[in-house]
Amino acid sequence: MEKVAIIGVGVEGFRSAIRELSYKEMVYQAAVKAYDDAQINPREEVDTFISCEEDFNMGTSITDEYAPDQLGAAQRTVHTITGDGIQGMAAAYMQIKTGMFDVAVVEAQSRVSDILTHNQITNFAFDPLYNRQFDAVYHSTAALEKRAYLEYSGTSEEAIAEVAAKNYNNALKNPIAAYGVRAKASDIMNTDMIASPLRDGEISKPVDGAVVIVMASEKVVKEKNGNPIYINGISYATNSPNFDTRDWQYAKYAKLTADRVYKMAGINDPKEEIDVFEIDDTYAFKELQHLESLGVYDKGEAGKAMLNGDLGSKGSTPVNVSGGVLGVGNAHDVNGLQRIAELVDQLRGHAGRRQISDANTGMAFSWRGVPTTAGALAILSKE
Amino acid sequence: MKVRGTKLTSDEFHNKVIAVKHAPEIEYDWATGVAISKFLKGLKDGKIIGVYCDSCDRTVTPPRMFCEECFSPMSKYVDLPDTGIINTFSIAYIKTDASRVEKPQLPAVIDIDGTSISPSGFLHLLDEINPDDIKIGMKVKAVWKDAIDRTGAITDIKYFKKMEDA
Repeated sequence: MEKVAIIGVGVEGFRSAIRELSYKEMVYQAAVKAYDDAQINPREEVDTFISCEEDFNMGTSITDEYAPDQLGAAQRTVHTITGDGIQGMAAAYMQIKTGMFDVAVVEAQSRVSDILTHNQITNFAFDPLYNRQFDAVYHSTAALEKRAYLEYSGTSEEAIAEVAAKNYNNALKNPIAAYGVRAKASDIMNTDMIASPLRDGEISKPVDGAVVIVMASEKVVKEKNGNPIYINGISYATNSPNFDTRDWQYAKYAKLTADRVYKMAGINDPKEEIDVFEIDDTYAFKELQHLESLGVYDKGEAGKAMLNGDLGSKGSTPVNVSGGVLGVGNAHDVNGLQRIAELVDQLRGHAGRRQISDANTGMAFSWRGVPTTAGALAILSKE
Repeated sequence: MKVRGTKLTSDEFHNKVIAVKHAPEIEYDWATGVAISKFLKGLKDGKIIGVYCDSCDRTVTPPRMFCEECFSPMSKYVDLPDTGIINTFSIAYIKTDASRVEKPQLPAVIDIDGTSISPSGFLHLLDEINPDDIKIGMKVKAVWKDAIDRTGAITDIKYFKKMEDA
């Protein structure tokens, strides 16, 4: 079966606000870098373009109409995915696998600074008939989940504070990260309680930014003779949109996705077979909950691994050496592609001070945030 | 014409059907970026600004930071005249709430003089003209707000009117 590879990556951002560029100009900057990396001309050599963006976040209905120009996709084959960038990559993967497309471009962007009432947009994601009326701060929904996870897994608050401190410190070594800072677990524990048991230091903060990824069939990879990173497995899943029927203790969407992706990539023991982990940490507890739901650790073991140092950049299962969503910033639908960009750097050996030695295989898992139960997973490899 | 279906009064529609109402308070503040900022600043100064692409040898307005045809960056900004020709137009008798208006609105796409490879221009309004006299290809000129009232917006041009000498 023909493989699909990533042959180019471009990142613009991440910063708390990119006010000097319009959203189109921001995406253009990322696209130019990705096409230079892939050594392709988008006007002639790309067969399909996919933009990941949402009308409410962009403030324009039918916003996909405005996606092409800044990608070099004017009057070409373009469609949008209203979801995370890894979902966009899955669509590109399938298109290449049909044999009708050799080169695909996937883009995701975040322009939170263009939205004055971001809380209202998030509130708008709640079921309008019987959930939205409480006008609850959306972080409290994450707090409901954190409390259920703590009870179910026996994980300590200290382990969760250590996750946040680790990711803020990791971000200091990542030039694209917005929120790197020297932090200790005790610093996190001393931040304001936002919605018990969730503290401010455990909650990621928004950023603007864009990532563009170029994907190609093996045929093009051979022609280009560049620095390809292969996609060995990719999928996505949703648990339940309903508060009344979803699993609150663990992330069932992560398990559903992992079952498919491990089978696709031939992974039997992710902890042993994968070298670098970029796992959603929109809230610090999610990193541990996701690691357990993805089967990397057993129930209740991820927090212990954190306290043992196993999740650190020198540990046996390094998680979020990029800084994760906490350290890089929450770029919403770009979060998945930010993780992919980190894995490509790591697997190419281009990660500088963050480089994990002998990194051959990596996994990136993204979550769409409150109030969703939607996740997407990709496993990348040098071969 | 007989309308099919079941008639509902406004009171029945809004108050007798079981429904949940929600009015969001959503606000945006879009950064205009490099190119459109120059365009809006130009309008404030009473000028229409375009940009020239070296590799395509064309000038377009409103300006953009990159050429969507060849994907090269563009940075040669040029002052264009505030005249152009009507590319297409309409005579609109209803407002966005579907109510009819006494004086029709006259939306038109104006190709601005000095741009190349037609069409390049923008949507605006026509005025000071009898709607029956409007023709595609008619030469028009911008009517500006007084300098003190201009804010750096497309509405700094009040409308376009037929050029007297055309």
